[in-house]
Amino acid sequence: MSELKRVVLVDDHQMFRTGVKAELGGGVEIVGEAGDVDEAVSVIRATTPDVVLLDVHLPGGGGIEVLRRLNGVVPSRFLALSVSDAAEDVIGVVRGGARGYVTKTISGPELTDAIGRVADGDAVFSPRLAGFVLDAFAATDVPAVDPELDQITQRERDVLRLIARGYAYKEIAKELFISVKTVETHVSSVLRKLQLSNRHELSRWAAARRLV
Amino acid sequence: MTIGDVGVRGEGPQDAGAAGGVTAAPPAAPEGARLERVPDGRLVAGVARGLAGHLGVDVMIVRAAFVLLTIASGLGIAAYGAFWILVPAREGTAGRRGRDWGQLAVYGVVTVGLAALPWGAAGKAGGLMQWAVWPFVLGGVGVAILWQQADRDQRQRWVLPLRQRWLRSLLGLLLVVGGIGGFVAQRVDVGQARSVIIAMLIILTGVTLIVTPWVVRLWQDLDTERAERVRSQERAELAAHIHDSVLHTLTLIQRNAQDAREVQRLARSQERTLRSWLYQPRSDPDQTFAAAIKASAGEVEDDHGVPIEVVCVGDTELDDRLGSALQAAREAMVNAAKYAESPSVSVYAEVEGKKVAIFVRDRGKGFDLDQVPEDRMGVRGSIIGRMERNGGKATVRTAPGEGTEVRLEMEKA
Repeated sequence: MSELKRVVLVDDHQMFRTGVKAELGGGVEIVGEAGDVDEAVSVIRATTPDVVLLDVHLPGGGGIEVLRRLNGVVPSRFLALSVSDAAEDVIGVVRGGARGYVTKTISGPELTDAIGRVADGDAVFSPRLAGFVLDAFAATDVPAVDPELDQITQRERDVLRLIARGYAYKEIAKELFISVKTVETHVSSVLRKLQLSNRHELSRWAAARRLV
Repeated sequence: MTIGDVGVRGEGPQDAGAAGGVTAAPPAAPEGARLERVPDGRLVAGVARGLAGHLGVDVMIVRAAFVLLTIASGLGIAAYGAFWILVPAREGTAGRRGRDWGQLAVYGVVTVGLAALPWGAAGKAGGLMQWAVWPFVLGGVGVAILWQQADRDQRQRWVLPLRQRWLRSLLGLLLVVGGIGGFVAQRVDVGQARSVIIAMLIILTGVTLIVTPWVVRLWQDLDTERAERVRSQERAELAAHIHDSVLHTLTLIQRNAQDAREVQRLARSQERTLRSWLYQPRSDPDQTFAAAIKASAGEVEDDHGVPIEVVCVGDTELDDRLGSALQAAREAMVNAAKYAESPSVSVYAEVEGKKVAIFVRDRGKGFDLDQVPEDRMGVRGSIIGRMERNGGKATVRTAPGEGTEVRLEMEKA
């Protein structure tokens, strides 16, 4: 196994940070912690970790503000970790540059696995995020402005569906008779579309989902 | 593997929707019904509507007849009055709607227009007056007919610009100035009229200047007060919610601190409630598919203490066939929670046009489908049989040690 991934933990709840550290155990090396946006920015700049575990709701502008200030500036990759199920939060932080989104109910080994994946430049989708993407990219009559970015392929749809059904990457590969690497490629491609597509439904859709 | 008989539970309060159906279309009285005035959908006293129901003709014809009779001899009004007095009103019409003032205005305009016709034609100004009046009369009747034909929504759209405050104020001002001006112009000769109108404008402007700040302040006060009230209502609602559910759960958790499973169940259930309260659009589990799936999963989770993650893509109205698919899905969730010994259960529901697919998956011990005796009702009866009876399909994929996935497919009726 390669050396431990260096991780910074950003969450405004001390109790939660302690919990995550315990869950992760020795699987990763925690090199720093932060409780708000400013602190996060300075800690990440100082330590340049492989992966930042980023809470969506943070004092000082939220995870999205951290991404705005640092994404592309530091080599670190970001994985959003949140209790929020709101589409607006999920889509917002992913479009802000996070390489993935997992909910806080994720188990320790799964989280370690996800951190490794993000550190290697792949994307991590929770079943719920996959569901959101399927919903947002649902076939519509509206012609896509940029078909390259505004539509997902049938294969990508198949992969997302299996993620939404609770399949792990390995199981997806087996189910679709493709390699795990190919699954990762599909997911990364969807992530790219999610981040770059100007498909106007995307933001409108996410905002509409927020309406209570 | 034994299978429970929990499938009965999903049949919640289905009659809840029936009571909501009061706002239906105005009850069309059956032909030859007893003659009575119908207050629901009336314009004046419901006489015409009552007569129309009694005679079995369209209410517009009856109304047009009254209008024509009125113009011809005034008999229409007399007849209407007589009916009004003599015919009893229908009783017990609950939820009566207000008068359709728009329609009433149309009939009024048509009546007045037609009545004024001979007067205008034979007016003092002779030929000139005739030519001046006719276009107005025709135009007025045309507008009136259009108005009458348009439904309520359409009319609302037409008058929408009028609803804007400044436009309305402007119109009001014009009417007032025009009215007073016209009155003055009739009484005073033209030379004086101008100075009178100017004087009037000055006075109006003065009054406006004096009153405006006061009105604005009043308006602002009202706004602040309203905002404050909304805020305090929200606070009260939040407090009530936290008190009813969160505090209650916290108490229960403290009492059950030694029972890890129970604590987890309580926390999950509270989490679910809070989540749906915070993030989810309020939808009715009796009516929409996604909400129903989530509600079922929540109940199963509560009953069996296994977390069930639900992901829904798309949504649709519930119907009988989807209802049975839902029951089958619930049965599959119960099986997974009860027997699979899986730490969690994934449910994925997808609506694509008329096609609905539900996947219930666990990572538990799985079983050998062929080993399930024929007479066990669970998988065969409650899931596969139920789906097939309703025109759907159920597939179970499982093997010992591999977990189980139940796939349900149903097409909407």
